Amino acid sequence: MTISANQVALSYLVASVLFILALKGLSNPLTARRGNRFGIAGMTLAVLTTLAITQRIDLTIGALALGGIVGWLVAHRVQMTQMPELVAAMHSLVGLAAVLIAIAVVNNPMAFSVDDPIPAGNRVELFIGTFVGAMTFSGSVIAFGKLAGLGKVSRLFSSAPVVFKGQQIVNLVFAIAMVGLGIAFVIATPGGHWPPFIAMTTIAFVLGVLIIIPIGGADMPVVISMLNSYSGWAASGIGFSLNNPLLIVAGAMVGSSGAILSYIMCKAMNRSFFSVILGGFGAAEGAATTDTQQKAVKSGSPEDVAFLLGNAESVIIIPGYGLAVARAQHAVKEMAHKLAAKGVNVRYAIHPVAGRMPGHMNVLLAEAEVPYEEVLEMEDINGDFGGTDIAFVLGANDVVNPLAEEKGSPIYGMPILEAHKARTVIVNKRSMASGYAGIDNPLFYMDKTMMVFGDAKKVVEDIVKAIE
Amino acid sequence: MVFVLAVFVGYHVVWNVTPALHTPLMSVTNAISSVIVVGAILAAGAGHIDRGTILGAVAVALVAINTFGGFLVTERMLEMFKKKDRAEKSQ
Repeated sequence: MTISANQVALSYLVASVLFILALKGLSNPLTARRGNRFGIAGMTLAVLTTLAITQRIDLTIGALALGGIVGWLVAHRVQMTQMPELVAAMHSLVGLAAVLIAIAVVNNPMAFSVDDPIPAGNRVELFIGTFVGAMTFSGSVIAFGKLAGLGKVSRLFSSAPVVFKGQQIVNLVFAIAMVGLGIAFVIATPGGHWPPFIAMTTIAFVLGVLIIIPIGGADMPVVISMLNSYSGWAASGIGFSLNNPLLIVAGAMVGSSGAILSYIMCKAMNRSFFSVILGGFGAAEGAATTDTQQKAVKSGSPEDVAFLLGNAESVIIIPGYGLAVARAQHAVKEMAHKLAAKGVNVRYAIHPVAGRMPGHMNVLLAEAEVPYEEVLEMEDINGDFGGTDIAFVLGANDVVNPLAEEKGSPIYGMPILEAHKARTVIVNKRSMASGYAGIDNPLFYMDKTMMVFGDAKKVVEDIVKAIE
Repeated sequence: MVFVLAVFVGYHVVWNVTPALHTPLMSVTNAISSVIVVGAILAAGAGHIDRGTILGAVAVALVAINTFGGFLVTERMLEMFKKKDRAEKSQ
């Protein structure tokens, strides 16, 4: 199989355009599936074109089949609640692949139509692609462990921030060493480039671990977006070193997309990007909770809740992380369905960071076949709480904490769902433990608030039974 | 130059994505980042079998998980969103 350089360039250009159309399609639920198909078409074209210009395809076909089967199985088996883990695992694969490709380039540049010895410019790009890839890999592995709850396996995977004295100085020293070795790699004489390259890659792996361990479970939506961005930059870096425009373009789009998502997540959590990266949130603020432990809360049974809900005219359900963990989305949908049959106006309010990754809650509700028009974003529904009979908070905490409106509070300024403005508030939680922010929530102690303790799924199922 | 344009396009396009679709967006961008498979295929297809081609083949297998898994799981998620549209129409 041979095709001309022009044909290759044209195919790659078409593939890039298809990728752009894929992202564009995702902007609307109605065009999203078409967008995904564009993405698949672009990828197929890219793979076929590349196969046509390589000398042997047996290894590639075998590897594609093997990986494809695994990917297919994973995609069909994964629970929607496990999407964050899946995405983290996938980021790690892109990162690792970037490192492997970089090693292959250093091993035999001619195979990639790169000059031998590798020109300095390509070495700089290789260095960048490699260290970003390595950090993406090890960072994603840690993120995966934290999300999958592997804290018991190793302390590195603990969902609590792992911090030690002098952490930032250690990171800085490693970062400087890595850049130094990168420079050594770039200026190395032919044959002498392996030692700095290997040392640099090793340090990048360690650094990836170090930057993710101090980040707490609550900041995971930011971390996933950030690693998403990294995996794109890694692909782009490799693309530069191979002079491959398709890799550069697709990688850069993914990189900027991930960066924007990180920014949106930070804003929704009222966190600066640097405080997330530097970590330690949740550990420092814990002291603020002590004085309020004695306050009384009103608690009720699922039957009480069923009675209140059944007699309400309007209900806004606020699903949170607790609902995702308990996999209660189907039970909630059934409850809403029964209430709607009784003439209650039921809607859902979604905070941008509800769930464990951006948009996670929307996917869970979609899985439970909750109609799209009942699910509202924060800005669209916040004005309606004042005229609503019941705000039903299911497994959410910090995103409905009215302290966010008080100056001097650690979460001051964080955008919240204004559940406290509803006439009655019902809150389901497993216990009175504070949320990720580690601060108490006055919403729970308000006179109009009723707490229902227990696993979200169990409680909602009991409510469903009790609604006659 | 191409790089800057791509960053700009990514920036421009992603701002318009509704928050409800952020998870599918992430899984699709993740699948697209597996375009790095192009580099892996070049490595795996470089002639006689040696260290480089084996590394390339391993990279192809790893990224293929991502390519297939990423697009398929996105399809699965979007299928759920589509079901809702049908439910709306039938009501």
